[in-house]
Formats: sequence, structure tokens, C-alpha cells
Amino acid sequence: MSTRTIAVVTAGLSQPSSTRLLADRLAEATDRALRLYDERTELVVVDLRELAHDVTDHLLTGFPSPRLADALDTVAKADGVIAVTPVFSASYSGLFKSFFDVLEDGALEGKPVLVAATAGTARHSLVLEFAMRPLFSYLRAVVVPTAVFGATEDFGSNAAGVLSERVERAARELAGLVVSDRSGTSVDPFENPTPFEELFSAR
Amino acid sequence: MQIGIFTVGDVTTDPTTGRTPTENERIKATIAIAKKAEEVGLDVFATGEHHNPPFIASAPTTTLSFIAAQTERLILSTATTLITTTDPVLIAENYAKLQHLSDGRVDLMLGRGNTGPVYPWFGKDIRDGIPLAIENYHLLHRLWREDVVDWEGKYRTPLQGFTSTPRPLDGVPPFVWHGSIRSPEIAEQAAYYGDGFFANHIFWPKEHTERMVSLYRRRFEHYGHGSADQAVVGLGGQVFMRKNSQDAVAEFRPYFDNAPVYGHGPSLEDFTAQTPLTVGSPQQVIERTLGFREYVGDYQRQLFLMDHAGLPLQTVLEQLDILGEEVVPVLRREFAALKPAHVPDAPTHASLVAAAGGPTTSTTHATDEVTGRTVEENR
Repeated sequence: MSTRTIAVVTAGLSQPSSTRLLADRLAEATDRALRLYDERTELVVVDLRELAHDVTDHLLTGFPSPRLADALDTVAKADGVIAVTPVFSASYSGLFKSFFDVLEDGALEGKPVLVAATAGTARHSLVLEFAMRPLFSYLRAVVVPTAVFGATEDFGSNAAGVLSERVERAARELAGLVVSDRSGTSVDPFENPTPFEELFSAR
Repeated sequence: MQIGIFTVGDVTTDPTTGRTPTENERIKATIAIAKKAEEVGLDVFATGEHHNPPFIASAPTTTLSFIAAQTERLILSTATTLITTTDPVLIAENYAKLQHLSDGRVDLMLGRGNTGPVYPWFGKDIRDGIPLAIENYHLLHRLWREDVVDWEGKYRTPLQGFTSTPRPLDGVPPFVWHGSIRSPEIAEQAAYYGDGFFANHIFWPKEHTERMVSLYRRRFEHYGHGSADQAVVGLGGQVFMRKNSQDAVAEFRPYFDNAPVYGHGPSLEDFTAQTPLTVGSPQQVIERTLGFREYVGDYQRQLFLMDHAGLPLQTVLEQLDILGEEVVPVLRREFAALKPAHVPDAPTHASLVAAAGGPTTSTTHATDEVTGRTVEENR
């Protein structure tokens, strides 16, 4: 039995937040799904509301504050990521995007990511397919097939395709990718620099 | 330990008065600042190079030779010379000429430049930044060491039988520092040649500097130039001082809050904690600066940024007085006491000539030591 770290990035702004609520449900379901593989789960929540100023400062200065650096490091080193945003103006929120804008290049390469979003109405649900999925594809993450959308009405419904079923399915898919991940760790260019002769001949 | 100042030549509105200096005022102020640096006993003045507003830092060798003519001891350097977009042939010529005019008081720091549009203006692509730095410096290195050069590379017209003139003073090229904030390739390049490595250090957390210098030192030893602690390291620094630290903070805050690069972002207090910026009393600056060697080891050159963000000339000159009178003498004494004997000082023209076994009068008529040909034979 090993421990898998799942970073839960949530961009909800209100307290309590339905985005955070959905993130927590996805995290719990992922924990349960990983147990079926005999894996322990360490869940680390990155609540972007607490980092909003730090994210903006990073955009302006080019480097993270110590606590933002911790959060970015958590995401970069996680075995899997659950990324949840509220829908603002037909897309992910600016804060959500800014966080991934300041993440180091390559930090999500090959990493399993479950994407989810919340909004007042299900009419926004395709945000997951036309905004979230392309964003994480660009970042070279492996996005799980089931993206989870939670509209306000989902929190009081047991109709077919209820939210809990989608949560469980997406969590199973994430857990499956996490346990089968063979991408390994990347090479640290400071520990293993490219020798000069190679730099010279590669130009 | 060489201690000096470096400038990027920004033309910035003074946020306390709303007044923006003219280009002419800023250019003349740069000269006044350099002369003041010598007057208060600093060792080095370095100017940046920019080819876009709001900077007046184009044509760096024009500025440096004008300063050279009005100073006696000051070492003239750059921070940085754009090795990516400047033809290495022109760098070889311009800085060798400056060497002759200044009697060897010149070295230079090479950087890639981070302003995207500058690259296409000079027919280059920022995505080739690293390979440009690698190839262009390789050519520059040869132009200063071989009297007659045949060259073919990817980024410039080939050269057949080319002699860069004037030849370096006393047959010894200017010492070169390579500067980079976070590209391991540049630390590797500096180590390969046994050149100096300069960490900008300011505006960024010390971890970047620590990581780069550590890599450079390790690879310097790997390439056989000496032990890791004998590698030649320079650091930037950024300070604002008044006798009472509260006065320094109150006076500098509007400049900080509105500064290019980091303004309108983190608080002065956060930025001071997270980067090497020190705003306070001379004693605070001394303590912070002496602390740098704890994470980079014994190093050879410390340059301070003193004149940016719209600070008026008068204020900058006062800062240099404080630096020269109260800070530098203590730093020199303390750094010297801490430095082990086997750690070298920063190379100067005199030390490089001595290391080469004395001056060689190199003219274009001499036999090339590498090719064994003269220019005439080559034609």
C-alpha cells in the first residue's frame, strides 16, 4: 500500500462555496476509489481565495510568495489533481486561470486531472468541454473522460444522471489513471545540467 | 571584493512630483552618477543595454567611453550586454576599443535580454535565446583570441580571414561575466569557459541565485578551472538608506509602490522579506549584504541598483555618499576578513596580463598564435 497525493484546486469565492462543496465530494470519492486499489490518499486542498493576492503579485513580479510557492509545489508534485472552478462569464474564473498561468511550465505534464465546474444553471455545462478540457490539454495533462458539472439544481435532485453518480464515475476514472501512472519524475536541470558540448552541438 | 553600482537607464516619472526627466537629463544624470561612484570610492560602474523606450541605455560603449574619459580608477562594465541580438563582431570591436581608451578598465557582463520585440527588430527570435547566446559568445571568444578567424555558424554571415580590430589591449581580452536569473544553460556556459557568473539577484527570491551559483561553482570545478569555491561570482543588490530606517521606508515607499517591474504588486515589506531589497539604515544594509555570502559562498563582486524608479538625481547622489562613506568601507573590511586566502579576487586587466605572463603587443601584422598565419599570408 502506498500513499497517493491528490491536490484539490478550488476557485470558489463565497463562504460556503458550492465549488468547494463539489471539490470536497470529488476528493472524498477519489479517496474511496483509491482504497479499492489498496492505496492510501493524501488530500491537499489549495483554496485559491486565500491566494488571490499572491497570485496577482506573481503575475506582476514573476515569482511566487512563499505560501503560493508551497501551493504551486503541491500541485506540481501531486499524483493527481482535482480542479474545480465556478463559471464566470461563460468560462473558468479569472482567478482559476491565473493560478494555472503562474504554474511552472511542464508542471502538469502527464498528470491525471479531473476537471469540474459549478454554476447557477446547467446551460453553462459545456464550459467543461470548450474551456476546461482544452486548457488542461494545452498544459499536457491527462484529463479524465468524465468532467463533472454541478448546477445549483443538482444539489436538490435525484433524477437520472444525478450528480453523485457523475462524481463517483469521474473519481473512479481519476483513481484508475493515478494508480497506472508511469510517467515518472522529470529530470532536474540543476542536478543534471546539459553539458556544454551538447548545448553547443544542439544549436 | 569589488563593490559598485549598476543601472538599467530607465526614464521613469518621479511619483512624488509627477515629473519625468527628459532623455537628455537622464543621460547626463547617468554620467554624474558614474563620476560620483568613483568619487566616493566605488570600484565598478555598469550600465544595461536596452533598445526600447522608456530606457536611454542604447549605445553602451558610447556612454562608457565618455565616463572613462572623466574617471581614473573606475572599472566600466555592463549589466548586461545583449549577446543574443548584438553582432559579436561589433561587441568584439567596441569593447576592445574601450579597453584601449580606458587603459584596461573594462569588463562586460553578457545577458540574453527578455524583451520579446527586440529580437525581431534585430532579425532574431527570442525562442533561440539560449543557442544565440552559446553561438555568439563562441565567436566573440575566438575573435578576441585569434588574430585571423574563419567562421561559419547558424546565426550570422560566415567570416573568412576576418581580423577584429583593434586587437585586445596587451593581447588580453576583457574579462567576461555571464548573467542569468534562472537558466541553467548559462551557468553551464560560464563554467565551461571559466568565466565569471553574475546573478542579478534583485527582484527575485534568493533561492534562484543560490541554485544558479551552486550549479556554476560545481561545473566550474568539473571543467578544471579550479575548486568550486574559486569560481568568480558577482551579485546584484538593491538598497535605499537613510540614517533612521523609518525615514528610509517613508521616503522610498512611493517609488517602490509605483516602480516599473514590481510596482503595484506586493507591499514594500513583503518584497523586502522575499527579495534582497533592503530599505533602512546603513547598518541594516551592511548586515543584509554580508549575509549574501552565506548562500553563495565567498564572492568577488557586489553591484547595487541605486538609480531606478524615478528617484531624483540628487537623492541618488546622496545614496552614493552614504554607500561610499558608511557601507563600503565596512563591507570591504568584513568580506576581506571572511575570505579564505585561496579564493581569488575578481580578475582585473592587470591581473589577467600578469596571468598571461605579461603583455603581448598584438597587431594585425603579428603571427596568429593559433593559426600560425599573418593577415598578409591569409589574403
